[in-house]
Amino acid sequence: MTARGPLVIIIPAFNEEPAIARVVAEVREIVPGVPVLVIDDCSIDGTANAARRAGAEVLPLPCHLGLGGAVQAGYRLAYELGYEYVIRVDGDGQHDPVFIPKIYEALRSSSCEMVIGSRFVDGAGGYSSLLRGFGIRLFRLILRPILGKPVRDPTSGFVGVNRSALQVFSSSFPLEYPEIEALVVLQRKAFRFMEVPCAMRPRMAGRSTITAVKSLYYIFHVLMGVFVNVLKYEGRRRHR
Amino acid sequence: MQGLLNFLAGLSLVVVLMVLFSVRRSHIRVEYSVSWFGAALTLLVLSRTHAVLDWVAAGLGLGSAPVALMLVVGCLFLLVLFRFSVIISALKDSNIALAQRVAILEYHLDSIHEENKNRA
Repeated sequence: MTARGPLVIIIPAFNEEPAIARVVAEVREIVPGVPVLVIDDCSIDGTANAARRAGAEVLPLPCHLGLGGAVQAGYRLAYELGYEYVIRVDGDGQHDPVFIPKIYEALRSSSCEMVIGSRFVDGAGGYSSLLRGFGIRLFRLILRPILGKPVRDPTSGFVGVNRSALQVFSSSFPLEYPEIEALVVLQRKAFRFMEVPCAMRPRMAGRSTITAVKSLYYIFHVLMGVFVNVLKYEGRRRHR
Repeated sequence: MQGLLNFLAGLSLVVVLMVLFSVRRSHIRVEYSVSWFGAALTLLVLSRTHAVLDWVAAGLGLGSAPVALMLVVGCLFLLVLFRFSVIISALKDSNIALAQRVAILEYHLDSIHEENKNRA
């Protein structure tokens, strides 16, 4: 099988049976003809079948790898199939597919390797909890000197990447909580990113598994990941 | 002090026996048993030879031999744990790469089957 066009949408999903069909249907409606690839992270419900019925192709992982492992599997397949651009949409419906064309356009027209759908670019987004708000502000502060430019929504998973970034992520991608560390990985390669304003929605079904304790673990884990990646830093930075 | 040294000597023997049985039953691979054998045998030697233990204590600037022994034991087991963390990390990376490769190959196989079905 080879690429059918320059763009593919990947949707990592773990136990998202109630939401995945609607997410796939919405994506197909917004970008008709663009392949939709659901990476089923070994769900124990009917996520894979629901996605297939909705018209997506499914990459079924043989064991649960976590978000980073699932996203990287999608990136690897997209890279092997020869796609030029990949846009990641979450399987819980929080990312409104109506913004996919905007991210795609930004990817094609800018020279950035990554485009982030950001809740905070136009100041419209709010924080879902105090702790998350604290975490996002903290990471903005920490990432500012590392990336050489501000990033408003470093935790957004609504991202598009071009083939250069795809090549890097195929071989090196953070496994747990990948969004922030992925920015540092790109920076190490002197790649660039930009943010475009996007609105996020509440989950279509189910509840977030992120508790206050997990949020604290998240902050600590990502801080460690950022510093480890900075220590691995090689090459010259490119500011933009 | 002698009671502590006897206890540590016994502990090291228990570790050696446990590792031997585990290797015999293939619960631990030989290459991963080496760290445990090394740590347990060092512990055994130090707890049975007072001269060596006194020399280690003097070298570390400690007046008490048991404290020196506990310090050495702690460091040894930290090294063993660190070695296993490195091994587990490498195994996890390999596991993830293999799982991704299996999934991608399965995807390609399904695509080929689908194409063949459509042709037929």
